[in-house]
Amino acid sequence: MIALEKRPTPSRALSLSTPIIAVIITMIMGGLLFSVLGKNPIEAIRTIFWDPVFGEFAFYYRPQLLVKAAPLVLIAIGLSLGFKAGIWNIGAEGQYIMGAICGAAVGLAFYPTESRLIFPLMIVAGALGGWAWGMIPALLKVRFGTNEILVSLMLVYVADQLLASMSLGLLRNPEGMGFPGSRNFSDFAAGSSWINEAAGLHWGMAFAFIAVIFSYILLNRHILGFNIRLTGEAPRAARFAGVNPTRLILFCLGTSGALAGLAGFFEVTGPSGQINIDFASGYGFTAIIVAFLGRLHPVGILLAALLMALTYVGGDLAQGNLGLPSAAIQVFQGMLLFFLLALDLLTNYRVVLKTKGAA
Amino acid sequence: MDLSAINPVLLIASLMVAATPLLLAAIGELVVERAGVLNLGVEGMMIIGAIAGFAISVETTSPMLGLVAAMIAGAVLSLLFAFLTQFALANQVASGLALTLFGLGLSALMGQSYVGVKPPAMAKLDIPVLSDIPVLGPILFSHDPVLYIGIALTGAVFWFLKKSRGGLILRAVGESHDAAHALGYNVIRVRILAIMFGGACAGLGGAYISLIRVPQWTEGMTAGIGWIALALVVFASWKPWRVLLGAYLFGGINVLQLNLQAAGIAIPVEYLAMSPYLITILVLVIMSADKSGAPASLGRTFHASQ
Repeated sequence: MIALEKRPTPSRALSLSTPIIAVIITMIMGGLLFSVLGKNPIEAIRTIFWDPVFGEFAFYYRPQLLVKAAPLVLIAIGLSLGFKAGIWNIGAEGQYIMGAICGAAVGLAFYPTESRLIFPLMIVAGALGGWAWGMIPALLKVRFGTNEILVSLMLVYVADQLLASMSLGLLRNPEGMGFPGSRNFSDFAAGSSWINEAAGLHWGMAFAFIAVIFSYILLNRHILGFNIRLTGEAPRAARFAGVNPTRLILFCLGTSGALAGLAGFFEVTGPSGQINIDFASGYGFTAIIVAFLGRLHPVGILLAALLMALTYVGGDLAQGNLGLPSAAIQVFQGMLLFFLLALDLLTNYRVVLKTKGAA
Repeated sequence: MDLSAINPVLLIASLMVAATPLLLAAIGELVVERAGVLNLGVEGMMIIGAIAGFAISVETTSPMLGLVAAMIAGAVLSLLFAFLTQFALANQVASGLALTLFGLGLSALMGQSYVGVKPPAMAKLDIPVLSDIPVLGPILFSHDPVLYIGIALTGAVFWFLKKSRGGLILRAVGESHDAAHALGYNVIRVRILAIMFGGACAGLGGAYISLIRVPQWTEGMTAGIGWIALALVVFASWKPWRVLLGAYLFGGINVLQLNLQAAGIAIPVEYLAMSPYLITILVLVIMSADKSGAPASLGRTFHASQ
């Protein structure tokens, strides 16, 4: 009879290798899915995972990977702090939208002034927008004990409606001939997040790297990071050690909100270009998968975000070349999280064979 | 603005329709949570039910078969969650999220060829004579059968949890899985059955949206109703009849804001459209003070280690 035996400490080797195993299993199952859809599975997998990096037109797709990975890294780093402490912010999509709206609004207020001071101001506004949106579930949780999962998620729908309202009303381009959507930031050099558009580099990538480094230091070298880990792994011990849960909730939700806000801000002023109804693209939800796939570890998240970006870029490619539906990529990403969670069992438990009745 | 265009009788009748998917999903989740499991995948199971029910009823031209298919689809999807949380002992929050993300993607994939298709209409249960009563007729006696099933289900769940032996076992499992295990009950089996019941209810609720309430298929059409259903369970303090009350309250708010939109009130459409979500938050804040109704083992992983 097969039984499970809890490991005294989670296996480090398995903890590192399960994400890779999960990716491989997902590729196999994804291949099956693609063949059900009538596509050649080998070709589909190659188009998604190989061509964007090593294929003929890789020079075009490689920068695209960074463009897609940057917001995922920023959001997932923030989420990982909370997830480690058992604080579940799943409304990053809303904070992402609010960061974009606030940052863009400040920039558009200065249009068409060209000054070096505008962009830093916009960054602050973007971060504050996301922070404020993240603080709503945080404050409600601290003050009233409200479930942060539900509140942060409800706020995604609210932010979505605000986005529609903004792109049709307050922030609409006055010279846009009545079309929805704000002015395009590509026409406004002082408010554009591109460092070098031709090379596909924008400030969000720089901030993503900084976020990775800071969160690594925070989690490994700082008492606050230690408290976060302690609260997640042993809540009782944390309480005895005098960890203040209120501060932790405010910090985790606030920080993840600010980072998601930054991600939205860099997206709207760079790759997306304008505030519009269809601006929200689900990065806030995909980042949840990235955070888990990266084992809530900063470096892991960086790698996971690159892989997830690959599925986006490769998915687009497969859509164009093979007619693979875009939703297939969503299914693929969902499956990845499933396999990852299922395989986690092996990290925390040992599978042992027992003779019946021995227990 | 023309508020006189809003007909109170039709308003009440349509709020009952708007409340039904919410009621179905929430009553299913209530049973799951009373068994001590927090399944955040309601939204995913609903949308899968919505597309499965839609597809099957379009293919077979039978709305009833569609509803059955939706229940099966919801239950099958919930089995994935059951496997992750009960056998692989995965974190319930993460597994529920995975279920929602997966369900949203899979439904979009399945629904591609059904966009713009009209489903076969579900016959209304126009009870003769009774449905002709002036005000009460349209409100009480002239709906589709599923609406009545929802109300009956609430009563059945109430009876099951309160009066039956099975309900007692389920609540024991939810309050203290270790004690239930020590008494010889199969915690895992009870929980899997509860999860499947929740999945079937959510699937039915989803199909109600795509087949009866809207009726058509659009991507992501459940639009957070699954999440509101989760909030509703908290609102109801895990009590069946209060779920019914809450569902009608939310249904009412939603129908009222849609009517105000149509009446051309001075508030912009977007702000009216966000009101159900804001009110959900408000209700959560008010209800969170009282956590006494929450099952004690809610969200905790059970592993029978000797």
